[in-house]
Amino acid sequence: MELLCPAGNLSSLKTAIDSGADAVYIGLKNDTNARHFAGLNFSKSKLEQAVSYVKQHNKKLHLAINTFANSENWQVWKESVDLAADIGVNVLIAADISVLNYARTHYPDLELHLSVQASATNAEAINYYAKNFNIQRVVLPRVLSIHQVKQLARSTEVELEVFAYGSLCIMAEGRCHLSSYLTGESPNMNGVCSPAKFVSWQDTEQGLESRLNNILIDRYSANESAGYPTLCKGRFNVDDTLYHTLEEPTSLNSMELLPQLINMGVSSIKIEGRQRSSAYVREVTQTWRQAIDACLKKKQEFTVNPQWQHTLASLSEGNQTTLGAYHKQWQ
Amino acid sequence: MKYSLGNIQYFWPKQTVESFYQSAIDSDVDIVYLGESVCSKRREMRLKDYLYIANELTKANKQVVLSTMVLLEAPSELNELKKYCDNGDFLVEANDISAIQLLTERKLPFVAGSALNLYNHHALKLLTEQGMVRWCIPVELSRDRLKNIVYQCEKTNIRHKFEIEVTSFGHLPLAFSARCFTARSENRPKDDCQLCCINYPNGRLTQSQEGESLFVLNGIQTMSGYCYNLSGEQQNMQGLVDIMRVLPESEEAFHIISQLKQGNSLYSETHHSNGYWHQIPGLSTAL
Repeated sequence: MELLCPAGNLSSLKTAIDSGADAVYIGLKNDTNARHFAGLNFSKSKLEQAVSYVKQHNKKLHLAINTFANSENWQVWKESVDLAADIGVNVLIAADISVLNYARTHYPDLELHLSVQASATNAEAINYYAKNFNIQRVVLPRVLSIHQVKQLARSTEVELEVFAYGSLCIMAEGRCHLSSYLTGESPNMNGVCSPAKFVSWQDTEQGLESRLNNILIDRYSANESAGYPTLCKGRFNVDDTLYHTLEEPTSLNSMELLPQLINMGVSSIKIEGRQRSSAYVREVTQTWRQAIDACLKKKQEFTVNPQWQHTLASLSEGNQTTLGAYHKQWQ
Repeated sequence: MKYSLGNIQYFWPKQTVESFYQSAIDSDVDIVYLGESVCSKRREMRLKDYLYIANELTKANKQVVLSTMVLLEAPSELNELKKYCDNGDFLVEANDISAIQLLTERKLPFVAGSALNLYNHHALKLLTEQGMVRWCIPVELSRDRLKNIVYQCEKTNIRHKFEIEVTSFGHLPLAFSARCFTARSENRPKDDCQLCCINYPNGRLTQSQEGESLFVLNGIQTMSGYCYNLSGEQQNMQGLVDIMRVLPESEEAFHIISQLKQGNSLYSETHHSNGYWHQIPGLSTAL
């Protein structure tokens, strides 16, 4: 069972390795990266340093080139794949069939993982990517129940990687145009959802208002804590009822499912949060390292240490966590 | 230009569906997409019911395409998809890569639906080699980007291998989730949804706290709050687009298709948008 941790910069990457990650995933400073946030990610020289640090420590580096390429700038995706292969990352994470095809044709030895952005939620979809591009692993979208993950594990030879902790996408990844509908910038093409440059805050008589491209996402009274206006976590009206129409501000935490995930042969536990700080990476990596080690040792007697739960809750959106789609009731 | 009728996105009673397609027989539509693409629990219409309608439409010289599910999670859903692929007569629209896997195994041609993430000519080239005969572009793709893709397809000599279709009228499918938002809006868990979406023949409108229409909830699907309307864009689709698709909201769809066929723009008292086509936010309107 691999612990795979996020890094938005070199300092977070070193922190993840030093805190017990088996592998780290990162992205480049361009549109190829589905976490293309301003001020984050890796230039070529930082990537070289990342590769060398990870190698020194005998860990693995995964590079995500996982947005969908456009015809006009397809070269950018091609050159990013070339860079990944030349510089010696261990794994390329991709979603676009043109990127996967290019990587497989030109770099037959490069290990390919299917990005969550490809939204492969069933055995035949995984089969397509395995047959056409020889992917070694698939990152499962956060829409499957634990039972469905188990069914998939039984029906495919391809390794499974699951999201264990972090911000929760309520929609099937790669299949959500809500952000481009409101802002014009597409997570699929530009790699960022609810971009910060469209966010504004205003204190009004009715409360603190958060807006995305001037559209009111939520309004907070004095005793409520305000969250980043990711549009699917806003409060909207359906008929006359005001509520979190799509999802509450909360984070995924699947720690109590660890024994089941290990038993069903899931290969990798993924932590979300390339946009988060080094402090977050350290706390979350250390906590999950302890939990995985304890679970591998004790197997069925594994229980979640309340201190771990407390640490993870305190790092979560709105200090709340959920099992998300893994738990049927949530759906 | 040809004109198509997209599959019904909402959950309508069987009788409504049957009478809707009865009207389609006498309408101006060239191509009709049939089938359930949103939720496998919607079983008013079974595949055999659709195949019956498909045969009736074929007799009326309409081309029929069977649309398939966008988000497939359970093995039972894959089994149903296999039945669609094995129908023996009609072209299939793949809305998930799993459908392409099944159709290519059977060496069958297919339509690549708008829910597939195809944004460049290299991806299209690969799929034409695998049997793609038509591409319905992602709803968020603009004219400028399409123009560029078409240019590259011409350069690589694949443009003639497939038709290009654009969702041109209706509430756009924007997102798909494990969660059912209609059930949630009635405080029901998905497992006990009681198929409540049948009570909302045009979904449930979601508005901001300032009354702006943002989204329409339709089961696990979230749609655009405004109706997308490219009726005024037909001129600048020439040479780029082969088929304009209308997503049905009601029998009004047939009037819309007739108007489009006559080259008319459609105006409405309610707000419409055309932002995506102009590469601005989808809910915006370029004049």
